[in-house]
Amino acid sequence: MRYPTRLDAVPKVTGKARYAVDFAAHGMLFSALVRSERGHAILGGVDAEAALSVKGVVAVITGEDLAPLFPRYGHIVADHPILAIGKVRYLGEPVALVVAEDRYSAHDGAEAVEVLYQDLPTVMNPDQALADGAPLLHTTDYGVGDRSFSEAHSEPRSDNVCHRVDLHWGDVEQAMSRADHVVETSTSYPMLYGYAMEPYNALAHFEDGYLKVITTAQHPFMVRDDLARVFSLPLSHVRVTSPYVGGGYGTKSYTKVEPLAAVGAWYTGRPVKVEFDATGSILTTRADSARVTIRSGFSSDGRLLARDVDLILDTGAYADNGPLVLSKASNRSFGPYRNPNVRVRGRAVYTNTVPSSSYRGFGAPQVSLASELNMDQAAEVLRIDPGELRRRNLIPPGERHYPGKRPMDADLAADLDLLLEGLGWGKPTPERHGIGFGVTASDAGAFPVSTATVKILPDGSALLSTGSSEMGQGSRTALSLIASRELGIPLERVAISQSDTHATPYERTSGASRTTTLVGLAIQRACLQLLARLEEVAVELKGGPPTEVKAAEGTVVGPWGDLSYGEVVQEWFGGQLGELSATGVVRRAGDLAELPPFWEIGASGVKVRVDPDTGQVFPLRMVTVADVGHAIHPEMLKGQDVGAATQGLGAALFEELVYDGPQLVNPNLVEYRVPRAKDMPGEIVSIVAERGDGVGPYGAKGGGEGTLNPMGAATAAAVARAVGRWPDRLPLTPERVWRLMRESGR
Amino acid sequence: MIGLDTVEIAPRINGRETVLEVPVRMTLAEMLRDRLGLYGVKVSCEMQVCGVCTVLVDGQPVSSCTFLAADTDGRRVLTVEGLAEGDRLHPIQQAFVDRFALQCGFCTPGFIMMTKHLLERSPLPDREEIVEHFDGNLCRCTGYAPIIEAVQDAAGRLGRRGS
Repeated sequence: MRYPTRLDAVPKVTGKARYAVDFAAHGMLFSALVRSERGHAILGGVDAEAALSVKGVVAVITGEDLAPLFPRYGHIVADHPILAIGKVRYLGEPVALVVAEDRYSAHDGAEAVEVLYQDLPTVMNPDQALADGAPLLHTTDYGVGDRSFSEAHSEPRSDNVCHRVDLHWGDVEQAMSRADHVVETSTSYPMLYGYAMEPYNALAHFEDGYLKVITTAQHPFMVRDDLARVFSLPLSHVRVTSPYVGGGYGTKSYTKVEPLAAVGAWYTGRPVKVEFDATGSILTTRADSARVTIRSGFSSDGRLLARDVDLILDTGAYADNGPLVLSKASNRSFGPYRNPNVRVRGRAVYTNTVPSSSYRGFGAPQVSLASELNMDQAAEVLRIDPGELRRRNLIPPGERHYPGKRPMDADLAADLDLLLEGLGWGKPTPERHGIGFGVTASDAGAFPVSTATVKILPDGSALLSTGSSEMGQGSRTALSLIASRELGIPLERVAISQSDTHATPYERTSGASRTTTLVGLAIQRACLQLLARLEEVAVELKGGPPTEVKAAEGTVVGPWGDLSYGEVVQEWFGGQLGELSATGVVRRAGDLAELPPFWEIGASGVKVRVDPDTGQVFPLRMVTVADVGHAIHPEMLKGQDVGAATQGLGAALFEELVYDGPQLVNPNLVEYRVPRAKDMPGEIVSIVAERGDGVGPYGAKGGGEGTLNPMGAATAAAVARAVGRWPDRLPLTPERVWRLMRESGR
Repeated sequence: MIGLDTVEIAPRINGRETVLEVPVRMTLAEMLRDRLGLYGVKVSCEMQVCGVCTVLVDGQPVSSCTFLAADTDGRRVLTVEGLAEGDRLHPIQQAFVDRFALQCGFCTPGFIMMTKHLLERSPLPDREEIVEHFDGNLCRCTGYAPIIEAVQDAAGRLGRRGS
């Protein structure tokens, strides 16, 4: 079968695709931010006089100006002031928004703003933040946002813990005491920046009593909810639209710069655009760094008896999605293994650093570094092949490894075998070469709520409407393919409208690898209802027993002959007009009652060579396995898998945000190095395993981030096998690898 | 204020003579996007690392985010919008479509302009030459492999067209 090219490809290669940053409005004002120059300080005052005298400057807005509003946002804990109020909690925090007729005046104005600070002691990492007597970032109760996180709001605060997770079953201590071997692994996962190439930006204006925002957001409906609270508007009066999103990877989940643009528009009465550069984006959201210790007890024949995990995430100055990242990291920390005794203690900790939030993998890369390296180290202790050790413990299809969650809907052992074969595992490797691999399972899919509408127009063409976003993952194409297949009409006659809280139906999120599976299911359900409706209308028009009238492949066939879909619409409405529509709904019910909606499998690995003189790591071969049930579009799926694994490789070899005191040393793309074409292995193999075992259309389940999750551990293990020493932190820079070589004497 | 001083320039943009009055501090990217609506020119790192803003000035790739608009006076500027002939895609564009060499698409115009520059100098580049040429272009979605394939595919198409 030949698969169609992407529906967004031609607009994107001709420069015609419109992203949020490309939108302007008549009478629009530009803006620039004044950012905090201190890591933690009482805000002594903002002097805007000189800035207001800069030609073209219209307004300088500070936190104090927001008193008539609900001045904060945050979907779990509403702790994040739109502009600093009373104090600043990290260097780079927005303090004032300068709004001007052009962007030069805005920037000149921002430079002229004087801010007075009274310094407070900072806590720059979880150790400092958790120490006795540590200064507190937050001392007040912000009230409950998401009720499922009520424990995240136990105020007033007496420590810097943003969120806690305690998870356990069985009896870990007893199991450890009868284990033949206990293997402990501690790792540090770096602080990362997701770097979606379209920086954060939004355009806001008030019109007809509605707040309208065009933004580069993955979840426009959740942004709508935050904005409605800020302005005390009904949800119905906030319209958030996301056109093509220039990269997401979780970094554009949840509210970011939209409230800034909106308060600019509220204050000035004119449309206001907020555009950040890459530095501004890095100072907006990063990914959690993590310190993880995992202790595993094994029997001498390699059976996993217990795992005990201690996990600390550096959440930064505000909660953002930190509590959920911690909760997911905890769920993903003990691996996809049969394990009767588990204990996880997790803490997400506030520090005076850039707030962290979701990033592709959602906690899994952080914890898998420790848990998969722990399997490799245990294999060494037990003298069992690391592939075989995993095989003995991987959870079999249909069995539950996590009490209360969906049984495993994948064949992990088969995935592992494909991966090992692809990597050439077991074959001898030259000196200073190594192979590493890992297997993970993430509780993906998020909360299963999706709504999609499908219409048949009087010419028989179809129009889909969904609140999901197109951020490069290919939802536009995949969802259209599903509708084309269900309705039996050519792809060229299917159009799709996406991500607009006024014009498209509700979508929880475009994240957690859920869109093809859950929105696909909503579209499939809408199509089935629409076919039934076409049959019903045809019976009404032409008569005949309903059982003998069938809509499929673009035609309604009955005892009276054939009618095209378009003819049914036309005859019913009496002319070349009208439309028939149906809405498909996905809720947590039926097949989707059990969470997660699916387990997202990560199976990937890498073969590397280490330069003996410099310690530089050269990836030679990268292998990914997609266990997705059914591939709606295999080419696009492989693109997701290779892209995700490449981001994992970036974290493994290059990427790290570094603080020196309160100052972020490298908030730019020169000093924060992401993978380049030259860094890529010459051999990349992307394997697709289709076993029809997902809940989505045709047995599909989600993919798109799984292959990232094991890459940190896989690269670390490959380097360990090349140099003879286990790394305990990423990225594996030449200096770190050179030191490992020195220590091992190899 | 010096930033508000303007200058009149006459660049040839995508084959069309254009006369514009621009602030001396305006970047080429700002001029192309804000004045001429050529939104295919993207901006990301603003430090000449990511390459998304790449356009050709007199056939040479430049980072339009840090190139002054005023410096294009009397010169030829080519953006991604200047490649297709009506609805017919340029062979490089068609190769990017056929090889799935894009996902979010934000980096794509820069890669396409760099590919045009490469293939004009070196009609049949090998992998090593391609990755070297792309050292100033970042893609965060694809892992680069399909982009490299697209360049080789485009080289084949242009070779056939030329012969």
